[in-house]
Amino acid sequence: MAKKIIQKTKHPMPLQDPHERARNFDEVALGYTVDTAVLEAQRCIQCKNEPCVAGCPVEIDIRKFIQQVADRNLEGAFHTLLERNVLPAVCGRVCPQEEQCEVKCTLGIKNEPVAIGRLERFVADHAALAKFTDDTPPAPPTGHKVAVVGSGPAGLTVAADLAKMGHGVTIFEALHKAGGVLVYGIPEFRLPKAIVEREINGLKHLGVEIKVNHVIGQTFTVDELFTELGYEAVFIGTGAGLPTFPKIPGINLIGVYSANEYLTRSNLMKAYQFPISDTPTIRGKHVAVIGGGNTAMDAVRTSLRLGAEHAYLIYRRTRKEMPARVEEVEHAEEEGVQIMMLAAPTAVLADEKSRVRAIRCIRMELGEPDASGRRSPVPQKGSEFDLEVDTVVFAIGQGANPLIRNTTPDLPVNKWGNVLADDDTGATQKAGVFAGGDIVTGGATVISAMGAGRKAARAIDTYLRNPSVDGYSPTDI
Amino acid sequence: MHQILSKEVLAPDVVRFWIEGPHIARKRKPGQFVIIRISEDGERIPLTIADVDKRRGAISIIVQGVGKSTRQLNLMVEGDAILDLAGPLGRPTALHPDRTVCCIGGGIGTAVVYPIACGFKALHGNVTAIIGGRTKDFVILEQELRAVADQVIVTTDDGSYGEKGLVTDALRTLIAAGTQFDEVVAVGPLPMMRAVVEVTRPLNIPTTVSLNPVMVDGTGMCGGCRVSVDGEQKFVCVDGPEFNGLLVDFEELGARLRAYREQEQEALKVYTEHQACRAQTT
Repeated sequence: MAKKIIQKTKHPMPLQDPHERARNFDEVALGYTVDTAVLEAQRCIQCKNEPCVAGCPVEIDIRKFIQQVADRNLEGAFHTLLERNVLPAVCGRVCPQEEQCEVKCTLGIKNEPVAIGRLERFVADHAALAKFTDDTPPAPPTGHKVAVVGSGPAGLTVAADLAKMGHGVTIFEALHKAGGVLVYGIPEFRLPKAIVEREINGLKHLGVEIKVNHVIGQTFTVDELFTELGYEAVFIGTGAGLPTFPKIPGINLIGVYSANEYLTRSNLMKAYQFPISDTPTIRGKHVAVIGGGNTAMDAVRTSLRLGAEHAYLIYRRTRKEMPARVEEVEHAEEEGVQIMMLAAPTAVLADEKSRVRAIRCIRMELGEPDASGRRSPVPQKGSEFDLEVDTVVFAIGQGANPLIRNTTPDLPVNKWGNVLADDDTGATQKAGVFAGGDIVTGGATVISAMGAGRKAARAIDTYLRNPSVDGYSPTDI
Repeated sequence: MHQILSKEVLAPDVVRFWIEGPHIARKRKPGQFVIIRISEDGERIPLTIADVDKRRGAISIIVQGVGKSTRQLNLMVEGDAILDLAGPLGRPTALHPDRTVCCIGGGIGTAVVYPIACGFKALHGNVTAIIGGRTKDFVILEQELRAVADQVIVTTDDGSYGEKGLVTDALRTLIAAGTQFDEVVAVGPLPMMRAVVEVTRPLNIPTTVSLNPVMVDGTGMCGGCRVSVDGEQKFVCVDGPEFNGLLVDFEELGARLRAYREQEQEALKVYTEHQACRAQTT
């Protein structure tokens, strides 16, 4: 057989024109057609050791689903994804594949790897159009009841897995809409809310019950979930959920936001449709976003779509150290975001009405590597400069939300308030309570939270069958 | 969905609703609030829980129709359903037994002060209530407070009812007459709370205020409701809503309350024009 000639590069993702998309909230990436997807899938050499699978936190059988796409068996590919991932359309869009499955792709040694993420997204979207359904018969009910706190990526994954095992699962969500960061944080132009809703509906078909407007720690405490509502195990996946601000003057001026507030107003509350929707936001003309992660990119790109003429991204290190995905940084720049590297804010300045008039920054240079291994920024004396802006958004990381910790004194947390949980099982030191996602790790990714949910589901299943095995091993922490 | 069990008008544009909410009624303590949303495009509106009826599994809220959302809410009637209701939120009032307390409510703030007065009374406190309104029509919950407080003083700006003057005038009179308060609780418009604090500060009377800043999620997630208390950043939704009034930066809070003034007026204008159109066509 003649050796297959492989295209060296990924089939490009069709995108909305940068100038156009910078002014609308429609999705930036348009998705593959069937033919492009099949051609891309045919680039996969189906290598035996399938290193990509080891790179996937939820262990999707990547080689199998790609072969199915190459064979135009799209329904089969969809079922292969669903076996391991309840949120394929979400993950295909927001996972950092370049650091996970694709970085390990054998093809990637000499060429570009297979576009696994784009194919995952394609299969999930095609399945919705073609109305493929999950036809796996439900497991016989076990009679066990589990409460899941938070409906973000960790909670949704643990809930789906447990439901498939036959356990009764209820998700408690504090906000009025399920999805956690997928609905309040990640913008429509990167992850359309209809897609999140579609995948959450898939969970409801599995028998998962979702109760919105239930603030655990307030409406019910964790203990009451056991004693009053009769759950046998509780999974805490509440996310990071507490914004941090730098200790500089002016952070309480009008026009200063946390990324959480800025994005929640726009995404969850649809402030970009104000006054059709009732929640307003400040539509800044000159906006500075501080930070270098994906949340910062989401915020600065949102500001353009809200009408900013100048959108600045201020980051204290250089592009190389930015935690954001390269793709997001590129998209932001194409849309007109101006990236100011090696600068950090020292004050936000006010006009006479306590509104933001400018942000004062200082130039940085990179010094010795810090604990994270990245060279730490050092301020350059006398290099302050003022940038005229009317809106400032801080996307500089998150703390742990206090509501559960305050009402669950016997749940050990670390000095930052993150719940202490076993790496392999999510078990905490409190019997029957498991945790995973950002509330354990601090701000991380959607897929790592899903991976934690997957591990916790297995441990909870074991625990329900034999409560004396709690899965908590102090040496792991 | 949460059914509205009853509705009554307490003052011009001020309405009391009793709403189905058994979990919240069971858990709520004085000082806590709920977040309400009434339509798919609606805002999240924070409102103090004025009272609970555990037997019926109901809570009461008192709403002043100021902006679009609160006016829309106040048009709802018995039998209608509230789309979203979350709570109880915030920390409960720090109640201490056997206190001599002065609970001061200005306008709609009386709805916030009423459950706090009940809380102190339940712990055998000696409770004086001072409630104020612009005119007689704007004084609310007088009968309810008379049923729990040891003494109720009503003030109106124009003297149309009770004593003519401000709530702070009544407070000064009581203090001058020798009443020793262990604590003062003041809830109302910002200038009123500031004025109370200016009376109590020189006398070192512990003074609690309940704040009502711009809020979005109400669970500590967004930080929009941040205030400075003794120079420290606090989130009203999870650290409050009650704080030591002697330490609150009212100036900053006042500015932040005006953040969306223009948009609020725009929304209200669009809404009232729409209402007027509807009135003409029906």
